[in-house]
Amino acid sequence: MLEIKDLHVSVDGKEILKGLNLSVDAGQVHAIMGPNGAGKSTLSYVLSGREGYHVTDGSVTYKGRDLLAMETDERACEGIFLAFQYPVEIPGVNSSYFLKAAVNARRRYRGEPEMNAMEFMKLTKEKMQVVEMKQELLARSVNEGFSGGEKKRNEIFQMAVLEPELTILDETDSGLDIDALRIVAGGVNALRNEQRSMIVVTHYQRLLDYIRPDHVHVLADGIIVKSGDEKLALELEEKGYSWLEKSA
Amino acid sequence: MNNIIEHYRGEHAATKDRLPGAGLDWLDTSRDAALTIFGEKGFPARGMEDWKYTNVRPIEKRPFRLARETASDAAIDTRLCGDMACHRIVFVDGRYSRHLSEPGNPSAPITVKDLHTALLEDADTLEAHLGKIADVSRNGFSALNMALMNDGACISIADNAVPERPIHLMFLSSGKEEITSQTRILVMAGAGSQATIIESYHSATGNVYFNNITTEIRVAADASVEHYKLQHESNKAFHIATLHVEQARDSTFTSFSVSMGAQLARNDINIWMNDEGANCDLYGLYMADGRQHTDFHTRIDHASPHCNSREIYKGILDGHARAVFNGQVHIHPDAQKSAAEQTNNNLLLSRNAEVDTKPQLEIHADDVTASHGATIGQLDDNMIFYLRSRGLDYHTAHALLVYGFAHDIVEKMTIEPLRHHLQATLAGRIPGLDRPHELASGG
Amino acid sequence: MSADNQEVRELAQKEYEHGFVTDIQADTLPPGLDEDVIRAISAKKNEPQWMLEWRLDAYEKWLKMTPPQWPHLRIQPIDYQAISYYSAPRQGDGPKSLDEVDPKLLETYNKLGIPLEEQKMLAGVTDMAVDAVFDSVSVKTTFTRQLEEAGVIFCSISEAMHKHPALVQQYLGTVVPKTDNYYAALNCAVFTDGSFVYIPKGTRCPMELSTYFRINAQNTGQFERTLIIADEGSHVSYLEGCTAPIRDENQLHAAVVELVAMENAEIKYSTVQNWYPGDETGKGGIYNFVTKRAECRGDHSRVSWTQVETGSSITWKYPSCVLKGDNSVGEFYSVALSSLAQQADTGTKMIHLGRNTSSTIVSKGISAMKGQNAYRGLVQVNKNAENARNYTQCDSLLLGDTCGAHTFPYMEVKNPTARVEHEATTSRIGEDQLFYCRQRGISEEDAVSMIVNGFCKEVFRELPMEFAVEAQKLLSVSLEGAVG
Repeated sequence: MLEIKDLHVSVDGKEILKGLNLSVDAGQVHAIMGPNGAGKSTLSYVLSGREGYHVTDGSVTYKGRDLLAMETDERACEGIFLAFQYPVEIPGVNSSYFLKAAVNARRRYRGEPEMNAMEFMKLTKEKMQVVEMKQELLARSVNEGFSGGEKKRNEIFQMAVLEPELTILDETDSGLDIDALRIVAGGVNALRNEQRSMIVVTHYQRLLDYIRPDHVHVLADGIIVKSGDEKLALELEEKGYSWLEKSA
Repeated sequence: MNNIIEHYRGEHAATKDRLPGAGLDWLDTSRDAALTIFGEKGFPARGMEDWKYTNVRPIEKRPFRLARETASDAAIDTRLCGDMACHRIVFVDGRYSRHLSEPGNPSAPITVKDLHTALLEDADTLEAHLGKIADVSRNGFSALNMALMNDGACISIADNAVPERPIHLMFLSSGKEEITSQTRILVMAGAGSQATIIESYHSATGNVYFNNITTEIRVAADASVEHYKLQHESNKAFHIATLHVEQARDSTFTSFSVSMGAQLARNDINIWMNDEGANCDLYGLYMADGRQHTDFHTRIDHASPHCNSREIYKGILDGHARAVFNGQVHIHPDAQKSAAEQTNNNLLLSRNAEVDTKPQLEIHADDVTASHGATIGQLDDNMIFYLRSRGLDYHTAHALLVYGFAHDIVEKMTIEPLRHHLQATLAGRIPGLDRPHELASGG
Repeated sequence: MSADNQEVRELAQKEYEHGFVTDIQADTLPPGLDEDVIRAISAKKNEPQWMLEWRLDAYEKWLKMTPPQWPHLRIQPIDYQAISYYSAPRQGDGPKSLDEVDPKLLETYNKLGIPLEEQKMLAGVTDMAVDAVFDSVSVKTTFTRQLEEAGVIFCSISEAMHKHPALVQQYLGTVVPKTDNYYAALNCAVFTDGSFVYIPKGTRCPMELSTYFRINAQNTGQFERTLIIADEGSHVSYLEGCTAPIRDENQLHAAVVELVAMENAEIKYSTVQNWYPGDETGKGGIYNFVTKRAECRGDHSRVSWTQVETGSSITWKYPSCVLKGDNSVGEFYSVALSSLAQQADTGTKMIHLGRNTSSTIVSKGISAMKGQNAYRGLVQVNKNAENARNYTQCDSLLLGDTCGAHTFPYMEVKNPTARVEHEATTSRIGEDQLFYCRQRGISEEDAVSMIVNGFCKEVFRELPMEFAVEAQKLLSVSLEGAVG
């Protein structure tokens, strides 16, 4: 599904990713771990097409197409979803209006008829239960006045509604208490199937108790220095990152 | 108007041979040019947008004269921060008083000189810097100051110097009537230096005089200057002052301006942030009662990207007093990533007091965050109720809240003796306060 | 490129959609202004003598006045002798039954989406009576009969001068005096038509009233005059819309609107202004120099101005409220967009005279491309205005780095029981907000329009339903091409 080859990315003239390789097959969950500043968020942003992240070398192929040639919204319509580390507030824009616009943008892209208000209501009602989110949040402006936990839950709720093929969870666990973490992970797990892939970017092993990855990679200083299975995450939790950096 | 122009031309003719720097060609030329400008402009008329709410006609009605000699019988009232350790330069009726000054041996890294001495000893430096930030043609007062400046101070702080003590310029009135002081202050803070400058204006008597002050401060790269201005003039005095500041890269300028005395006080503060990373904070407090008129016009120019400015001005008006606040923030094209915040709060305590406030933002760059807020009103009834429910009587509750409103500015001052001095002054101005120092212990 | 983008781009190329010219026989006075021109206008309208004298007096005063210099605007000098002060489609005198209205005019208004045939009013939409003003004259007023039954007078001001002279004479010029300002004085001398509304005591106007202004003729100024009187305990909601063809030269629009609200009366006045804005170099477009003022004359009266201003090359207007009656309320809600090379200096004045008066100001300025947008507002609390309250919120949104946003609030308070609060912010659409929307699959254009509409929400919700939708669309179209 996703093939990253020798990816070099600079931000403000400074090289952050320095030849990253990663291959994600359909249905797989890959965890990317690493110390702060290793380039984890850069990877999330470059895959979703944020401005200011310059690919200086390498390639990213998604479903057989050159991902880097696509616009941000085109990538989204092609099924890439980024759950933001810091979800953005948009004052005055109603959450439900926003989400309906996103759903219908995808539908138009695929040549499907747009969803009407009734269908949309039904869909959101069903998905809100997955993340135990309060209905009233949909009536408020996007993320405005949401607590930290509500914002993260809202991200997973949007993911549940949009049903992406490739999800990138960028530090979704940071700042969550254990109950919220369980709810968020439950939402993510409910979406796992043979076709959907996920990249779980995190600093802590804790999240991986709930979202169990097929592969774990350690990102340090712009490259993947070690890959393994779940056990690697536990090992990292125990020993920290420093032993890896030294050996690498 | 012609009379007033003739009058000040006469003052120039009568004193020009004895004015500081007399005989220096460049200065004589500048003074003559300024006199011509003054002749064209006169004092500002109310039709001008910047003088819409302030009438300066009363200044024209009196034949103010420059003091011809330094009064020798003046003394310093020690309550006026007399106990503060500082380099103190004292002026009486606008003239440098050697016997009252305690320059306290400022040595190599800093020099503090009166204008006469500075123009004798460092004429070349002054030629390069004097009048370079202030715009002589800004209005009639600026022109008159340049033409007649009869004394003042020149402060120079070497690169990376950090004087331990503040530099205090103290201006006293001897009680003589109808004196005008045309004061000029020049401060040059070298790169990486850090200095505190205090300007204070006092009069013990209720005499009529006219102070016209121009202060220029150049803050070099990475330098930090804290400027205090306390204005406690006689309540019949006229006080017109303009402060011009130019800030270089990564410099910091903090201004505290407190206006309490004078029949008419007009303070203009102009900050020009010339290079990236500059930061300025302006704090102001004005209190007026009786028939006092106080007017602040501040202008901050974000001429470069990544500069921050913050401004908080508060005013308390009683009696028939009138206050004007006009705060401009200009963000120039290309001054991206600018951040500007401005607040002006006013308390109206009397039926006959008036406040006119005009905060302004002019923004020509898009990546900025700018905000301003202004309020005019009275004390919050809920707060008064809360205090009364705790047993305070109405007057005490009221006084306490007024004190708190003003103290918000005072407590931001870093010089402790100054803070105490102002706390005492506030307590004296707000009836019903018993033990202000206890109140202020939090600050 | 996605199909979506394609559509948007086509929209962007559509530019100003009301820019067509109606080819119609017109009766036009030659350019120029002197006493004879004023006499000619008055004669054409068959006005009573007092009206002519009123005009001539205003003209004499105007000659001694000068245009205001304080606005934050760059205005090319206007040659008042090059303007024609009267142009009317040739169709006999005054509005009449629909059959007699020139079909070309009907077509014009249909094209603009303003049906003058009463039966064509959309089902489900509140009935709306329309007065259509084409250049200098009113061509048709709809639903007059239904309104008459309710006792409401809604007609052109020319007609009112003949049918209700006492009312006109009693109120005209009492809110905006002849010498109020340069452009108002000019209007007093040369105004040609406009709408007149009188709502009798205790009457709730049964439908929305609306005037639709259209400038068509070349080198013509439009000087309309609107007078609305809401008598004790009455209620009216009034809408105005404006468009003009694309022309290379600037055209002057100097209108005066006067509102009078008596005791317990309420007037809601909404404007969607979409005059031709000129091109991106600043060529052409309407000079919109308008004086609008309401007097809350009676106790407990209420006036609300809502404006969405997207057109005109230069806008100079400050819809104001004089709060004379005790407990009267004034409101001002505004969205002003300056794109292309447009300039706007707009805001409001709230003059508190009565006790317990309150006012609310919500201003949303959007600047894009080379647009310059200034908010200028005065809140004045006078000596006897006990317990006056004002709250002002003034936000600016910037799109691109060649535009400007400016805020000039004036607060003058002479009474210690007043509470006056002003808040202003300036920001731009955040890159992070755009990225967030696009990551969810929403195109950049849609995202911008969504965020801008969110920014303007507090104002749009003050507009009558169908106009709110119109205003949102207008804003989106006006912003096309302004982002990128």
